Amino acid sequence: MEFLLFLIRRVLWSILVLVGLSIVIFVIARVVPGDPARMALGPTATQEQVADLQHKLGLDRPLIEQYGLFVADLSHGDLGRSLLSERQVTADIRDSFAATFELVVSTILIAMVLGVPLGVIAARWKDKWPDNVVRLIAIFSAVTPTFFLALLLQILAGYVLHWLPTTGRLTHGLDFVPDITGLAVVDSLLRGRPDITLDALRHLLLPASALAAATMGQMARLTRASMLEVANQDYIEASRAFGIPDWLRTVKYMLRPSFVPPLTIMGLEFASMIGNAFVVELIFSWPGMAAYGIRTILQKDLNAVMGVVMVSGVFFVVVNLVIDVLVGFVDPRIRIRGAR
Amino acid sequence: MADLIDGAATEEAAPQRRLSNAYQNWYRFSRNPTAVIGAAIVIVCVLLAIFAPFITPYPKDVGAMVNFRVRHMPPSAAHWFGTDDVGRDILTRVVFGYRVSLLLVLVVLGTAVPVGSILGMLAGYFGGWVEIVIMRVTDIALAIPPLVMALAVAAVLNPSLVNSMLAVAILWWTWHTRLVYSITRQLRTQEFIEAAETLGASKFHIIFREILPNCVSAIAVKTSLDAGFVILVGASLSFLGLGIQPPTPDLGTMVSSGASFLPDNWWESVLPGCAILFVALGFNLLGDGLRDLFDVQEVR
Repeated sequence: MEFLLFLIRRVLWSILVLVGLSIVIFVIARVVPGDPARMALGPTATQEQVADLQHKLGLDRPLIEQYGLFVADLSHGDLGRSLLSERQVTADIRDSFAATFELVVSTILIAMVLGVPLGVIAARWKDKWPDNVVRLIAIFSAVTPTFFLALLLQILAGYVLHWLPTTGRLTHGLDFVPDITGLAVVDSLLRGRPDITLDALRHLLLPASALAAATMGQMARLTRASMLEVANQDYIEASRAFGIPDWLRTVKYMLRPSFVPPLTIMGLEFASMIGNAFVVELIFSWPGMAAYGIRTILQKDLNAVMGVVMVSGVFFVVVNLVIDVLVGFVDPRIRIRGAR
Repeated sequence: MADLIDGAATEEAAPQRRLSNAYQNWYRFSRNPTAVIGAAIVIVCVLLAIFAPFITPYPKDVGAMVNFRVRHMPPSAAHWFGTDDVGRDILTRVVFGYRVSLLLVLVVLGTAVPVGSILGMLAGYFGGWVEIVIMRVTDIALAIPPLVMALAVAAVLNPSLVNSMLAVAILWWTWHTRLVYSITRQLRTQEFIEAAETLGASKFHIIFREILPNCVSAIAVKTSLDAGFVILVGASLSFLGLGIQPPTPDLGTMVSSGASFLPDNWWESVLPGCAILFVALGFNLLGDGLRDLFDVQEVR
């Protein structure tokens, strides 16, 4: 029951954030540039052409009314038409979003699978050499520019050592379209084509690793810090007195409560991960939202750009909602406090 | 921290004690290898940026110079970092690139830190609807990835140094607001604030003379850590071609234009990339060291 209350509160709150986000995007897209129609058509367009497009886009109505229309469209998933491709922005983004989603989910998995154990190791051997090695890894992964790491990985593992493919999502010429969920790894399994799955995973490994580095270091640091905080609690001392084996205490009694701060922080860090995903996608020619976003930015296609910003924001809000629910599962104290 | 509370009672002994405090801090700072290395790197980068025209070997290579006779030269005694595709000295351009990066840091944090801190103190001290409005707006701003926002701003306005500064600064205050807000909330119920209120201190006095000094160390740590990340975001923007425009030297742009000559002419992108890493590392180590020194747990 209290979990349900917590959930409802959390969902309502997310909706409020999305409303705010829509206002911000509306302001950037419609108010800041002065005249989006003029911008889309360029300086050579005649006054009639501009007025015509203004009317078509509803730009000749008062701002409040424009915002109302904007939200009404948004509520049934209509982000307007791309001024250049003349297609629905939602359709354009839907095509590319799955690839971005696949990349980001793999990134989170890599960051957690590597980062959490590193943090545990560092905490277990505090101030010994494993701790120092982890600290070094964490610092360097935080300060290496993602695009630089991506380039280095691409050159080393791809061009010099020929270990892994360096561009794209699937080997060129493979006849396979991920048409169930849009995720190449999942769809190939569903269609019973494990060879494609392997190919997709090989393509994923380099970009996802480049993107995961920063988050992984952050995870390791935070896991270490919260493990050490938990280690000072009385119940850990008690479990030691009871003779519970070291590994069991570390994994079961220390890791579970230590999991919460890294998880919440990762939710917040997720925004910068989406940003960096743009850079990584560009370098590895990953056919995701970034390629679309950057192309439309250069062409001043405002509806499309704002669609990309909106989808990124929604992605962030949803991921944080999921994380909060997960955290509520891991740590009952939070859902009780949150429900009140 | 404690000396702020009983500051009035022992006014006369204060200067001497403050001196020894400063000495103590300096002593602890100098025993902290992380902080010292970080500070040294930051100082070197700042000095390089300030004196760039006087210390670089080929100051003319900053602009749209072309010297095809020496294009694509690997690192040598004449060109420590090699030359790029039109024969410009990469070391010179890297040092001038630091100017752009540090200017970005100065402008972004110079606006984001005061704005974010004041909003955080207001929200934490006043509570009520002030808190609701400020913190909800902060939450909304947090939902937009800074790099994506910067892309959007670059789309609406035009890619340039000023616009990328604007784009990065427009969202950066949120982190400082959250940090200062959480500290202020803890402080609000403490006795020295209550005492000041009872004595009839103005709200202005309480916020800027009682609360702010207690936030300064956390803000300093956060600012130092942030400086590194601002540089990374700025470099990413120019790597995408949406930051400062050529021929002005910029580290991100250099990595991106050198990338087309990888892996044979590795120096053209790897060395500028290392230069970004170097300055970001400096700010990060400094922030880490300051965190140990001030013992602030709130800052990640």
